Amino acid sequence: MAEASTTVEVRGETMSLGARLLSDRKVVVAGGFILFLVILAIFAPLIAPMDPLAQDLLSAELPPHGFASADPQFFLGTDDLGRDVLSRLIFGARIALTVAFVAASLAAVLGTILGLAAGWYGRWVDVVVSRFVDIWMAFPAVLLSILLVAILGSGLLSVIAAIVVIDWTRFCRVVRAETMAQAHMDYVTAARTIGFKRSVILFREILPNVVPVLIALLTLEMGIAVIVEAILSFVGLSVSSDTPTWGGMIAQGRQIAHEAWWVLTAPLVALCATVIAFNQLGDGLTRALDPVLRR
Amino acid sequence: MNPYILRVQNLTVTTGRRAHKVLRDVSFDLSPGEVHGLVGESGAGKSTIIKVVLGILPRAMKMASGHVEFEGRDLLRLPSAQLRALLGTEIALIPQDPLTALNPGRRIDAQLTDGLRLQRGLSWHDAEAKALALLDEVHIRDPKRVMRCYPHELSGGMRQRVLIAAAFALDPKLVVADEPTTALDVTVQKQILRLIRGMQERHKTAVIFVTHDLGVVAQICDTTTVLYMGKVMEQGPTDRLLSSPGHPYTTALIAANPRYDQPEMGLEPIPGAIIDALRAEIAAADQAEPRHG
Repeated sequence: MAEASTTVEVRGETMSLGARLLSDRKVVVAGGFILFLVILAIFAPLIAPMDPLAQDLLSAELPPHGFASADPQFFLGTDDLGRDVLSRLIFGARIALTVAFVAASLAAVLGTILGLAAGWYGRWVDVVVSRFVDIWMAFPAVLLSILLVAILGSGLLSVIAAIVVIDWTRFCRVVRAETMAQAHMDYVTAARTIGFKRSVILFREILPNVVPVLIALLTLEMGIAVIVEAILSFVGLSVSSDTPTWGGMIAQGRQIAHEAWWVLTAPLVALCATVIAFNQLGDGLTRALDPVLRR
Repeated sequence: MNPYILRVQNLTVTTGRRAHKVLRDVSFDLSPGEVHGLVGESGAGKSTIIKVVLGILPRAMKMASGHVEFEGRDLLRLPSAQLRALLGTEIALIPQDPLTALNPGRRIDAQLTDGLRLQRGLSWHDAEAKALALLDEVHIRDPKRVMRCYPHELSGGMRQRVLIAAAFALDPKLVVADEPTTALDVTVQKQILRLIRGMQERHKTAVIFVTHDLGVVAQICDTTTVLYMGKVMEQGPTDRLLSSPGHPYTTALIAANPRYDQPEMGLEPIPGAIIDALRAEIAAADQAEPRHG
């Protein structure tokens, strides 16, 4: 049998997950930006130059640094009540990121459990879950969230609950489809012929292959959660008005956009940059984590 | 004492509302350590037979009649917990396509030790040692490195070797090989065949070998069943069957095999007359008996 002993060519070098992530530019840039935001949010009281709530009507509507009549004390200028825009922006990141991480994660957990069950067990489980998702998705999301917060009362927990209740369907659909696709793969049949229970196959064989899609979707969902939170605070249904939020700043800046454009622009830029960063990170993670696309 | 390890008796499987027959009254016996070939064209029902044996018949297909006995136990009426305990330990599968039969998201070490840990209750450490020995046995060089790989980092032949190692991991009494060489290129096919034969002889395992390639049958199978449209055409010892086929379909199938040594013979399709006669005969038999379901 000597000739049967073949040379083993292991294709390419195995890159560790960390190295693969760090070699992806999108992941590095977008992930770096979000990491930066997280640090800002956590250490906001130390980093912010001013008290975000301190009013100073004598220095109201001061333009950002570099413009005539700017006060170097206020780097991004002040709003109509003389509050420091930069400090409010930094504190606003706290709410935005809290909602992004908590709401998106909870929505992912709920949607994944139902999606796995529907995709794997099929039959009546699938019928019940899928029809429920169909009906749920027929409601306009933003209106539903406004309605929910109006019922639950405003506050951080209500905002998170509203996002979870609405957006779990997104995860449910994707996870269900991915589970069904994986269930038809030969390796699942092979696992059955080793004598694995159905539940064991679901968690050991299928779930690891659903995780890459899930992580990418989770990141995208964080971006969406940031927007939804901004919408809710824009219409005044988020946290109370004494906590700075980006949406609240946009609402406030809109009224004085002609006299002090920076009050509107600063939170808009922050919001857009954050959402883009989450989307790009999701995009990069999809490629880096997908075992099939991996080289 | 039962001389057979596996007895398949009068197996009929149907599919769809109109109970279209996929298998028609198929029977064969397997002695311990015997290699039995199931040969036929696509759609002949080869894979359906092994799905019945492994208890993974799709929901769309129905067992209309028949028995499958494994060491005297009726496989089809075994409670699912007992069937699961049997699978992997006593009956194992070598799947057809090594590219999809390994989980792309898990390393070889995890997948190869699954059965050892789950069915034998070995610790990770012991299972890993056993898995390394198995990889060595299927002639994989540098098994330690391969253990740390994901499937996509291995070639098709390598993956099939890993799957063979996994199938023999628990010393099963019966291995079911579902066209294990079809997805591989010709140079690797021969090595894999030899490997399966070698493993089978060393472990004294009975093998059901599904293939459409009579050349493969000649090399590896002790006995063979030729199938067409789910019906047994002919069965018996392989050398007798190939040297003096008793059924015109078998003769035609042998003639259809390309001969590398005599290219001037060209490619010979199975004569339409034989096919027509077979189809008419099978249709008549279906008409004659009452429909199931």
